Amino acid sequence: MAFIEFKNVSKGYSGAQGFSPVLKDINLQIEEGEFVAIVGYSGAGKTTLISLIAGLIKPDIGQVLMNGKEIQGADPERGIVFQNYSLLPWLTVYENIRLAVDEVLSDKTKEEQDAHTLKYIKMVNVSHARDRFPKELSGGMRQRVSVARALAMNPKVLLLDEPLSALDALTRATLQDEIKNIWEAEKKTVLLITNDVDEGILLADRIIPLSAGPGATLGAPVQVNIARPRDRKKINHEPRFKEIRKEVNGYLLGLGTKPKLTLEKKLVLPAIEPEDLDHPRSLIPGATVAPIRSNEVKKERVEL
Amino acid sequence: MSEQFEKKIKDYVILPLFGVLCFMLLWCLICSVTDNLPNPIKMWQKSELFIYEPFAKRGEMDQGILRFTGLSISLVGQGYLVALIFGTPLGFFLGLSKLFTRSFDPIIQILRPVSPLAWYPLGLVLFELSPEPSYFASLFTISVCAMWPTVLNTAVGVRAIPQDYLNVAKVLKLSRSKTLFKVLIPATLPYMFTGFRLSLGIAWLVIVAVEMLKGQPGIGGFLWDAYNAGNYSLVILCILVIGLVGFTLDRLMSLVEGKFKTA
Repeated sequence: MAFIEFKNVSKGYSGAQGFSPVLKDINLQIEEGEFVAIVGYSGAGKTTLISLIAGLIKPDIGQVLMNGKEIQGADPERGIVFQNYSLLPWLTVYENIRLAVDEVLSDKTKEEQDAHTLKYIKMVNVSHARDRFPKELSGGMRQRVSVARALAMNPKVLLLDEPLSALDALTRATLQDEIKNIWEAEKKTVLLITNDVDEGILLADRIIPLSAGPGATLGAPVQVNIARPRDRKKINHEPRFKEIRKEVNGYLLGLGTKPKLTLEKKLVLPAIEPEDLDHPRSLIPGATVAPIRSNEVKKERVEL
Repeated sequence: MSEQFEKKIKDYVILPLFGVLCFMLLWCLICSVTDNLPNPIKMWQKSELFIYEPFAKRGEMDQGILRFTGLSISLVGQGYLVALIFGTPLGFFLGLSKLFTRSFDPIIQILRPVSPLAWYPLGLVLFELSPEPSYFASLFTISVCAMWPTVLNTAVGVRAIPQDYLNVAKVLKLSRSKTLFKVLIPATLPYMFTGFRLSLGIAWLVIVAVEMLKGQPGIGGFLWDAYNAGNYSLVILCILVIGLVGFTLDRLMSLVEGKFKTA
């Protein structure tokens, strides 16, 4: 049995233009201790996917299971690092992390909670900024604090929702290395959502491409069988690196996933049955004046 | 440096003084047309006593100007406090629950524009049996009138809390009280303080009307008394003091408000 499992999950939102599907027929299995990266276009529904695992939203169809049990609501055992950091601006770095620690280690003493908090502040190298407020930190440091907060919850699985997409290339590389080191040290199950194939190859065991929305679905997983520890400089020369990259990009750019141009046509199916003569003609205003015809108006979608 | 200093002097001293001068000229101009209105010099001579002895108490309606102001501020403070105590939670309920909003928003929108002059008699009726009906009626009027900006701003603030913060609270499984004190209230504070500031302004407007109705000792009561005695100099003095106090209160509140604008 897989640790985390998606069974035929579909999810959509109803907005002003009616119902729009976001994810369709998602099937996914993640084993314990695995590092899985999901790579896809922006707006394809990656955040929706991770919110489903986090338990922040529920699927319309299908099930999301963890250890064989359906996920009911959010829980600290699934730590999440949000795309926009989501640190509480009125709390310092220490207080932001301590808030999480207090919830998870509520049975421990104050000293133990304090030590636990400081341990994770140190792990992500923000010790010097522990009493600063989020607005006084750079984007990279905020994201580190956000990672520390998620890790400090002692989660069974760590969900990373495009954690590095808002950062500059250099900070991004440093943080990728840090995430890699933390994963190697803690051996947690990690699900990374990203739009950067290289990032996925560097970090993950398995890459799963997500097709473009609406109605995005997952492609065939690609195994990243490159030996660890991986070095970002050497990995570029690895033949397997290029192969994986080609495979994932091939799926993402491939014809099979591009939304086809379609044209909607109105189609009137004429009434081939005779008029319903049992229905009398009526002169009362508002009532149907003529016998009912069973014309049917249908829409037809033509792919170009 | 010195150039900047000169500019500051010009912007904050000379130009405002020019405005005051224009105002005085207009005042004198009107005085020269009508006999009823005292000119600035006459006004000063008449009200000297109340300014030089600001805390004197010579009789119920014959006290120093600051003593009257103090009485009014104390009453405003009490009414304002009651307004905040009821208004803030009400705002939170409105912001948090759609059902609550749908049920009570119409009635709030109808009660909001009602003038303090209309609430005061109702207050007298409501507190008829209390030891001091006029005192409780004043409190009631001030709090009912001053409450609405706090209620509405708090509600808007609660609705404007970013989903991200709520998601954090959900993922951490914060208890209800912790969600309230660590997430909801801090996120709403900037809006709440805007409401508090507007509420205080209204409370200060209301007090004058209320005191005039009942003729209680206070800045508004004093004003009405002076008018009845035909002492228009004191009326003008009261108007100036009311304006100054209102301005000061608003400045103080926006200082406090600025402190919470960090988020």
